[in-house]
Amino acid sequence: MSTEILMPALSPTMEEGKLAKWHVKAGDRISSGDVIAEIETDKATMEVEAVDEGVVSQLLVAEGTEGVKVNAPIAILQGDDEPQAKVPNGAPPLAPQAQAPKPQAIKPPVVPREPELAPDTQMHAITVREALREAMAEEMRRDPTVFLMGEEVGQYQGAYKISQGLLDEFGPKRVIDTPITEQGFAGLGVGAAFGGLRPIIEFMTWNFAMQAIDQIINSAGKTLYMSGGQMGCPIVFRGPNGAASRVGAQHSQSYGAWYAAVPGLKVVAPYFAADAKGLLKAAIRDPNPVIFLENEMCYGRSFDVPKDIDHTVPIGKARVIREGSDVTIVSYSITVGMIMQAADILAKEGIAAELIDLRSLRPLDTQTVVKSVKKTNRIVIAEEGWPVCGIASEIATQVIEQAFDYLDAPPARVTGKDVPMPYAANLEKLALPTVDEIVAAVKSVCYRS
Amino acid sequence: MAKADVTSRAALPTKPKPSKDELAHFYREMLLIRRFEEKAGQLYGMGLIGGFCHLYIGQEAVVVGMQSAIGEGDQVITAYRDHGHMLACGMDPAGVMAELTGRSGGYSRGKGGSMHMFSREKNFFGGHGIVGAQVPLGTGLAFANQYKGNDRVCLTYFGDGAANQGQVYESFNMAELWKLPVVYVIENNQYAMGTSVQRASAETQLHKRGSSFNIPGHEIDGMDVLAVRDAGDFAVKWCREGKGPIILEMKTYRYRGHSMSDPAKYRTREEVDQVREKHDPIDHACQLLLDNKFATEESLKELDKEIRAIVNHAAEFAQTSPEPNPSELWTDIVH
Ligand SMILES: Cc1ncc(C[n+]2csc(CCOP(=O)(O)OP(=O)(O)O)c2C)c(N)n1
Ligand SMILES: [Mg+2]
Repeated sequence: MSTEILMPALSPTMEEGKLAKWHVKAGDRISSGDVIAEIETDKATMEVEAVDEGVVSQLLVAEGTEGVKVNAPIAILQGDDEPQAKVPNGAPPLAPQAQAPKPQAIKPPVVPREPELAPDTQMHAITVREALREAMAEEMRRDPTVFLMGEEVGQYQGAYKISQGLLDEFGPKRVIDTPITEQGFAGLGVGAAFGGLRPIIEFMTWNFAMQAIDQIINSAGKTLYMSGGQMGCPIVFRGPNGAASRVGAQHSQSYGAWYAAVPGLKVVAPYFAADAKGLLKAAIRDPNPVIFLENEMCYGRSFDVPKDIDHTVPIGKARVIREGSDVTIVSYSITVGMIMQAADILAKEGIAAELIDLRSLRPLDTQTVVKSVKKTNRIVIAEEGWPVCGIASEIATQVIEQAFDYLDAPPARVTGKDVPMPYAANLEKLALPTVDEIVAAVKSVCYRS
Repeated sequence: MAKADVTSRAALPTKPKPSKDELAHFYREMLLIRRFEEKAGQLYGMGLIGGFCHLYIGQEAVVVGMQSAIGEGDQVITAYRDHGHMLACGMDPAGVMAELTGRSGGYSRGKGGSMHMFSREKNFFGGHGIVGAQVPLGTGLAFANQYKGNDRVCLTYFGDGAANQGQVYESFNMAELWKLPVVYVIENNQYAMGTSVQRASAETQLHKRGSSFNIPGHEIDGMDVLAVRDAGDFAVKWCREGKGPIILEMKTYRYRGHSMSDPAKYRTREEVDQVREKHDPIDHACQLLLDNKFATEESLKELDKEIRAIVNHAAEFAQTSPEPNPSELWTDIVH
C-alpha cells in the first residue's frame, strides 16, 4: 500500500513553507520518528519526522522549493500493510474538514501618513515584528538602563521571535531569560524600576500576566500616587494580546479594558508597524508603567515605517486613518484591519466612513472621536474584547455624554461574543468579530438595509 | 514519620517482579499512548488539529506506572501535556481525539481542545493551560478528600518548568500543614519549552523542593515503568495513611518539540537519539516481556496491529464526528 507524505502544518498559523532540505532519498527505509526533511517557515526551521514506516519510493518536491502549500504531497511512501479501521456503526456522515482559520489576508489600503510627519520623511516597509524589535534595540542602544526580561526572550530568540538577535547584540546582562514565574519577574521588574532601571518585561502572552496582575496594578500602577509623587515606576510590560488561532479559552483573551480601567497605568494597543515602533519607543522613554498590547496575528504584517530612529508616537493620541462624512468607525489593534476592509465595502455602497485607530486606550483620546462624531453624527465601535464593560462601552458612553445632541442613531458596538473562547474552528469563528458584522452595524446606524 | 532527612535518591521499597498480565498491561497502555500521539501529530500536520498540541511521546512510563498505583475514586489532574494522562485514566481514545479536532464527539464537545479536557466519570480533572495553575487545584481536590473523610488520593502532575511557579510553594505549605492526601508528580523532562532545568532552577534536584516544608521527595527513573509503579505504590500508601503530601520527581524526556511549533534548537539531535535508543520506556518493557517469555515477536506484532486499529478508529471518528452545533457557543457559560 502506498501513501502520500503531505507537507505538514508546523504551527497554528502556517499556510505554506519552504522545503529546505531532504534527509532521505528514494529507496530509503524509514520508521516512525526518523527525521525526513527540514522545513522553513517565517518563524523557524523545523524538522519533519516520519509517522509511518515503509520505503520512500519517490520525492515529489525538490529541495529548496519555496511556497509549498500545507497538505501538498511531498513524497510517496511504500507502506508496510496495516489494518484499516472501519468507521464505527452509526457514525455521522463525513463532516467538512475543519481547517485552522487562515490569518486574514489583509492588503492594507494606502494609509494616509501621520499629519505630523515631515513630507520628506524616508519610509521603509517592515513587519510589526521587526518594528517592535527595532524599537527595543534602538532604545537599548540609546539608554544603558533599558533591559529586556522574560520567558524565552534570549537563547530561544523569543517565543514569537520579537527579540530575535537581541541577546547577540546586548548580551545576557541585558537580555534575560527567566524561569516561568510571572508574578516574580513582574514584581522584580517593578523593583528594578524603583531602583533606577528601565525594564521591558515581556509576557509570552498577556494571558500569563494574570499570574502577575497584582504587581502590575498594585505595585507598578499605584506607587507614584501612594508615595505622594516621590517614586514612579518607568516600566513597560509587553507581549501578544487577544485571540491567536485555536488556542482555546485560557489562551485567547483581550485585556484592553482590564488595564485601561486602572488609573496609574498607561495602555497602548497599536495596529500599524509605525505605531508599534513609535509607541514602544515612547513607552520605554515614559516615566510611567505602560501596558503594551501586541497581537500575534499581526506580527507578520508589513507596513511603512519612518526610517528616522528618533521618530516616536505620542501615547494618548488617536489617529484618523481615513476621512469620511457618513459614519465614524472606531477601533484598535487587530480589528483596525477589519474596519478598513469594512470601509472599502461600504464605500462601494455609497457610505463614506471615517476611521479612527485609537492606538492608546489610556489615556483615551475621546476628543478625536467626539470631533469626528460631531461631523458624521453616527458611530460604530469595533473591538475583539468582550462586550461587557469594554472599551467600546466606554467610547459609547463618552460620545453620549459629550455629543448626545449630535447623534442621529444610537452608538453601535461590534465585539467579541460574551463567552469564553471556544476551541472548535466553527465556534471560534462565531466568537470573534467579523467584517460582515461591522458592515451590518454601520448600515443599521445609517438606517440602510 | 520522616522529618529531617526528607528527600532521597535512594531506591524505594520495590515490589515483587511483575506478573505477565501486569507487564503486558503496562506495555499495551504505553504503546497506545505512543501510537495515539503519533497519530495526533499527523493530524496536526494535516491541519485537522489546531492551536497548541503538546505530545507526550517519551514520557509514557510515568502516567502508566502511576495509574497502576491508584484506584476507584482517586483523582488525576495535570497541565496541557495531557493526552497520555487521559488515556491512562481509561478515557476513550476516540473521544480524546475528537476533542483534538474540535468536534462534537470530543470530551468537551469540541469547546476545550487539546489543553482543556476533563472527565468526571474517570476522575480526570484536566487539562490546564496555565503553567502551575493545576497544582493548587490538585491540592484542593485532596482537601476535599480529607474533608469528606474518604481515603482517596489526588495525583497532581506538573513539569520542571512549572516547579518554579510561586503557587506551587503556597500549595506545598498548605498541603503539609494540613496533611493533605496529594502526590505531587513532577515530570522532569529536562526542558520547559527551550529552557533547560539548569538554566531556570537554582536547585535542580526538584524532589528536594519540598524540603523546607518537610514534604518527603524521591527521585525516580521515569523511563522505567516498574520503578514508577513501585514509587507510586509507596506514595499513594503514604497519603492514604494520612501522612500528608509526598513528591515524586520523575526523570523523563520528551522526544518531540515542546508543542508542534517548536523548532527545538536548544538541544542536539544526538541528545534526543541517545535517550530514544538507550532509554525508551516502551522498548524497555518490550524487552522485559520477551526476556521473561511473557510475549513473542508474533504476539507483539499482533498487539501493535490491534493498537493501530484503535488509534485509526479514533482518528476516523475524530474526522467524521460533526463540528459542534453553532448554538453551543452560548451554552455552559454558567449553570
Ligand atoms: C503561566 C504561564 N506562563 C507561560 C506559559 C507558556 N508555556 C506553556 S508550557 C511552558 C513550558 C512549561 O514547561 P514544563 O513545566 O517543564 O512542562 P513541559 O512542557 O515540559 O511538560 C510555557 C512557558 C503558560 N502556559 N502559562
Ligand atoms: Mg518540562
